[in-house]
Amino acid sequence: MTTIEPVPIVTPERPRRSFTARLGTLLPKIVLAPSFAITLIFVYGFILWTVYLSFTRSRILPVYDLVGLDAYYRLWSQPNWYMAIKNLAIFGVLYISLCTAIGLFIAILMDQRIRAEGLLRPIFLYPMALSFVVTGTAWKWFLNPGLGLEKTMHNLGWESFKFDWLVNTDMAIYTIVIAGVWQASGFVMAMFLAGLRGIDGEIIKAAQIDGAPVFAIYRRIIIPMLRPVFLSAFIVLAHMAIKSYDLVIALTGGGPGNATELPSTFMYSYTFTRSQMAVGSASAVMMLMGITAIIVPYLYSELREKRS
Amino acid sequence: MSAAAETVSAGSARTARIVIYSLLVLLALVYLLPLYVMLTTSFKSLAEIRGGDMLALPRDPSWEAWTKAWGQACIGVTCEGIKGYFWNSIRMVVPAVLISTVLGALNGYVLTKWRFPGHKLVFGLMLFACFIPFQAVLIPMARVLGIFGLANSTTGLVFVHVVYGLGFTTLFFRNYYEAFPDELIKAAMIDGAGFFKIFWRILLPSSGPIIVVTIIYQFTNIWNDFLFGVSFSSGAESPMTVALNNLVSSSTGVKEYNVDMAAAVFAALPTLFVYIVAGRYFVRGLMAGAVKG
Repeated sequence: MTTIEPVPIVTPERPRRSFTARLGTLLPKIVLAPSFAITLIFVYGFILWTVYLSFTRSRILPVYDLVGLDAYYRLWSQPNWYMAIKNLAIFGVLYISLCTAIGLFIAILMDQRIRAEGLLRPIFLYPMALSFVVTGTAWKWFLNPGLGLEKTMHNLGWESFKFDWLVNTDMAIYTIVIAGVWQASGFVMAMFLAGLRGIDGEIIKAAQIDGAPVFAIYRRIIIPMLRPVFLSAFIVLAHMAIKSYDLVIALTGGGPGNATELPSTFMYSYTFTRSQMAVGSASAVMMLMGITAIIVPYLYSELREKRS
Repeated sequence: MSAAAETVSAGSARTARIVIYSLLVLLALVYLLPLYVMLTTSFKSLAEIRGGDMLALPRDPSWEAWTKAWGQACIGVTCEGIKGYFWNSIRMVVPAVLISTVLGALNGYVLTKWRFPGHKLVFGLMLFACFIPFQAVLIPMARVLGIFGLANSTTGLVFVHVVYGLGFTTLFFRNYYEAFPDELIKAAMIDGAGFFKIFWRILLPSSGPIIVVTIIYQFTNIWNDFLFGVSFSSGAESPMTVALNNLVSSSTGVKEYNVDMAAAVFAALPTLFVYIVAGRYFVRGLMAGAVKG
């Protein structure tokens, strides 16, 4: 193979560049500049502003005298904050693992040359198009202890059936898991299905010729090959779990009591209703750190892979 | 690629098919159940809801709850239904989607075809902005909107959604234009075409799919947004999601579940409609936002 020498580009001599020519070369940057400036100010500038506020004594209005880590001490001495962290852990773990497990399970079922795939796919995916507030409203009604699922079961003759999770302090957080999984698992299914369709059929055929049972083929060959999809699903779901706010507000309002408090609801109520702006800012900074810890390594590796 | 039902004998293959189909149908029913309950409840009377079965079809279907939710239900102190809030959302979504899509297209164009030193850093910073928890910008944004007199206005919300949607729209167009052959651009440059002419004549005509994906993604996200709506607007200026939550969580008077459900369906209709009409593009947008092309 011969390498082609790059043809030296002959630049025409330009004694002085006209204004329009200079504008021409600058134009792309001029077009991009407003968006970039907006991002710098309204994302990064605002983050710094929030970080600054977290080092102040701001209550109902921002004040700008620095008092060090005071707000962080107060944040970490709030039982409410521990409740929020604990709930996020419960919700996050269950939400991510159930969405992944159910999504993968449905994707594998859907990958068995199903006739009605075009009909079934939208059914699993439509919840993703709904607003969390709509999802919360629907499930709040569906799980209503007096009139919802419980009453339906009683009508069906199962008199002892009891489902009061929505108003049960210990169980309320699981109703958020249920509604969240209902909403997002179809999306995870679509991600896995795309992954399954991308696997080279030859490898599986070879395993089948060797007489490997279907279950073993999935466990040993196919699922390990889906590793990148697992990672993507984890990132998306973890990110959604930390940001979850609307669903909690619509479904339980953070209650009963503070039973379904999450960092997002904590931040909102401390900042805007309890007049503890510095503590609210500190909790926002904590949320940002959590998401950064997940997203930055991921984005970094994705952008690096593209380069090579 | 399908591994099942080939290594097993005909009889058990048949059983396996039956099991697979029944599992899928059962799961589909579970996923449809909340929508079904939402719809049937909205057509029932309150008496029937209190006395009857949640899963039963309405005995005497009526549009009463729908007209009430649209025009008469009480949200806060006013009793004019959700129609005003529905239009608020429309007035917010349309400009926000259009502006953020146009800017995203131009950004993606610059970041792929007019690269400059540091373009990767610029893109990286804009990309990370997609993922920040918005709680980290809420307080400053509330202050700034207040200073500029945009607090509690649709214009303010349009601005907020453009700002925090830019990262995604730029990401979509950048990844799409990345695959667009540079040779065509170079040829056009040699012919003397300028920055905007190349964009208009060469890139834009082949950008149909990504424009649809971006518009649907932005439309769904902005329509469904609650956090910005509840933080930066109140009363009659609220978008639909905020009004729905106010309606459902209000504890005054008789709880009208049928009206709640009708209102929820109103809030869900636009995005469901888009999803049904252009589901393929909707999924592509979600994937592009998640896995990055």
